[in-house]
Amino acid sequence: MTREITLSKAVNEAIAEEMRRDASVILLGEDVAEAGTPFKVLSGLVEEFGTDRIIDTPISEPGFMGIAVGAAMTGLRPVVDLMFGDFLYLVMDQLCNQAAKTHYMSGGKLTAPLVLRTNMGATRRSAAQHSQSLQALVAHIPGLKVAMPSSAYEAKGLLKTAIRDDNPVVIFEDKLMYQDKAPVPEEEYLIPFGKAHIKREGRDVTLVATSSMVQVAEEAAEALAGDGISAEVIDPRTIVPLDEQTILNSVRKTSRAIVIDEGHQSYGVTAEIAARIGEKAFYHLDAPVIRMGAMDVPVPFSPALEDLTVPNAAGVAENARRICRGELIHAA
Amino acid sequence: MSAAKNRHNTEDYLQMYRQMVRIRAFEDSANQLYLSARMPGLTHMYSGQEAVAVGICEALTDEDRITSTHRGHGHCVAKGADFKAMFCELLGKAEGYCRGKGGSMHIADQSHGNLGANAIVGGSMGIATGAALSAKRLGREFVTVCFFGDGATAQGLWYEVMNMAALWQLPVIYACENNGYSEYTRTEEIAAGSLIARAQAFGIEAFQVDGQDVLAVNELTQQLVGRCRTGEGPFFIELDTYRYHGHHVGDINRDYYRSRDEEAEWKKVRDPITNFGKWLIDQKIMSADELVAIDEEITSDAQAAVQYALDAPYPDGNEVDMHVFSGVDHALEYPGGAHR
Ligand SMILES: Cc1ncc(C[n+]2csc(CCOP(=O)(O)OP(=O)(O)O)c2C)c(N)n1
Ligand SMILES: [Mg+2]
Repeated sequence: MTREITLSKAVNEAIAEEMRRDASVILLGEDVAEAGTPFKVLSGLVEEFGTDRIIDTPISEPGFMGIAVGAAMTGLRPVVDLMFGDFLYLVMDQLCNQAAKTHYMSGGKLTAPLVLRTNMGATRRSAAQHSQSLQALVAHIPGLKVAMPSSAYEAKGLLKTAIRDDNPVVIFEDKLMYQDKAPVPEEEYLIPFGKAHIKREGRDVTLVATSSMVQVAEEAAEALAGDGISAEVIDPRTIVPLDEQTILNSVRKTSRAIVIDEGHQSYGVTAEIAARIGEKAFYHLDAPVIRMGAMDVPVPFSPALEDLTVPNAAGVAENARRICRGELIHAA
Repeated sequence: MSAAKNRHNTEDYLQMYRQMVRIRAFEDSANQLYLSARMPGLTHMYSGQEAVAVGICEALTDEDRITSTHRGHGHCVAKGADFKAMFCELLGKAEGYCRGKGGSMHIADQSHGNLGANAIVGGSMGIATGAALSAKRLGREFVTVCFFGDGATAQGLWYEVMNMAALWQLPVIYACENNGYSEYTRTEEIAAGSLIARAQAFGIEAFQVDGQDVLAVNELTQQLVGRCRTGEGPFFIELDTYRYHGHHVGDINRDYYRSRDEEAEWKKVRDPITNFGKWLIDQKIMSADELVAIDEEITSDAQAAVQYALDAPYPDGNEVDMHVFSGVDHALEYPGGAHR
């Protein structure tokens, strides 16, 4: 049986199911218990699992992140709720110097099975410190897995997999998508890491898009279909590990690719995926691979400026049309 | 409140009253903008805490610096900001203090020494302490006040910078506005032990004051600012206060974390503006009618400024990549630096 639920509900179900299954799972973060987080994603969990397992913390991000790492190394499976992705900067040492490296530095003897749930996404008029999409920052660090759900279905399946993984996993939810509904099975399911999902099949151009940008790519594909251009949309679902094979197979078929992600474009997720396509499918390409990330500026508050900074469907479609016509988008 | 000490202070008293009323009027208008869906995003109301910002900022000069928080409109007004430029910023307009780039949570007003609001809880503690280091190194007299909430005391950064401020005797005053809550959590649930003891542990002189009593706040701050100027800083003040609205404007149903009776009680018995107004009348400094006239004048100022901001233009799209780097007009044109 499948029903439609919000992304918020999907996350809530994933955590509840895993907490019922495994008593070592705990959750920590600010206003997670009675308040159920400012986005109300965790409402109801404290009633079922109590304050021993759904733990409200003070506003001490490096502190509770570090506690999660230590707890993970000694038998618990913490899920850390980081209210905004922008607060990653506060926890970077505990996440990147401690959690990410523990297994390696101990020669495989220690593990840190924890999940850091946080969010990303601009255009909520939240200004420069509450709008960033920082997945590239953590994807850069060996030892961290990074999941980027694009709908309620992915949010639930990926989070359950993340909680069962023996490694630290960072999962970015798009904060604008919390109320968006998608079909989600009633029965239990998991989504494996490192397996991309072909959202739409096409022949002429491959659109590789993450999280919030999957919808944008699908909209662009729809518009392109009207012009007789057949676009394939691929959602990698996890960027570490990355399902290169599915992406490369697609590009070998279409011979054109646009990579879209809401993080800043320079030195970003789009750059990495584009480089891999360039390295591994170069002779199949009919056009340079195009990256579309967020503009390289801090996210401005004013709606008149903010909307200019993120890729949109019209822009993706326009770039696709141009490369399909053989135009160079970035002439030297 | 104690008796008026000095009738020559009438001007100061009036200024404090006016500034508190200005903050309240600003916030009432901002709340209306939100409720009528004319403001982008969310904002955090300062109403109820006016005596803190005003009592402190009236002890400062324009040269003195402050750092502010996500709940920063009150600090900004108290430090001398103009309504129009503030409302323009809240609406993302070009004439805003930050040309619409910052919004409510990042308003800064360089001309009056406001180094900026901050959307990272505790994020300004280093900045304030650094400003104090500048004052000392550059041999300047200015004092910096670092505003933050009770919730922010959980940030480790505060303990690092207090240690350095104490070691280096920096002219900074850490002002903790304890409004009883951080978001939806009571302070008792997030703070072990005593807040002032934490500052005292670094050898920092610490004070507790009624944050609803503008005169008490002002008197204490004047003393501490004076002592900072002669090299006796840093100091810590914990101000007992209350926020009237939700954590942010969208936090309407609050019954699950605090009672309506509690809110009503603070508003009825401890309102900083009502109580100071009564005192001004008791001391025969002002008449009730004069106060009403002030209130009305300020309300109409606020309304005019709101209208001005609603009618004002948005920044031109080409501003989006300006101000990324100092010395670079447009970041997108900077060699290899950015893309469109
Ligand atoms: C580092 C960081 N963590 C969490 C938040 C989310 N947040 C915004 S305001 C707030 C509560 C702050 O409480 P307090 O310091 O008491 O200030 P108040 O809101 O009461 O004025 C929280 C948790 C944030 N903005 N920054
Ligand atoms: Mg507070």
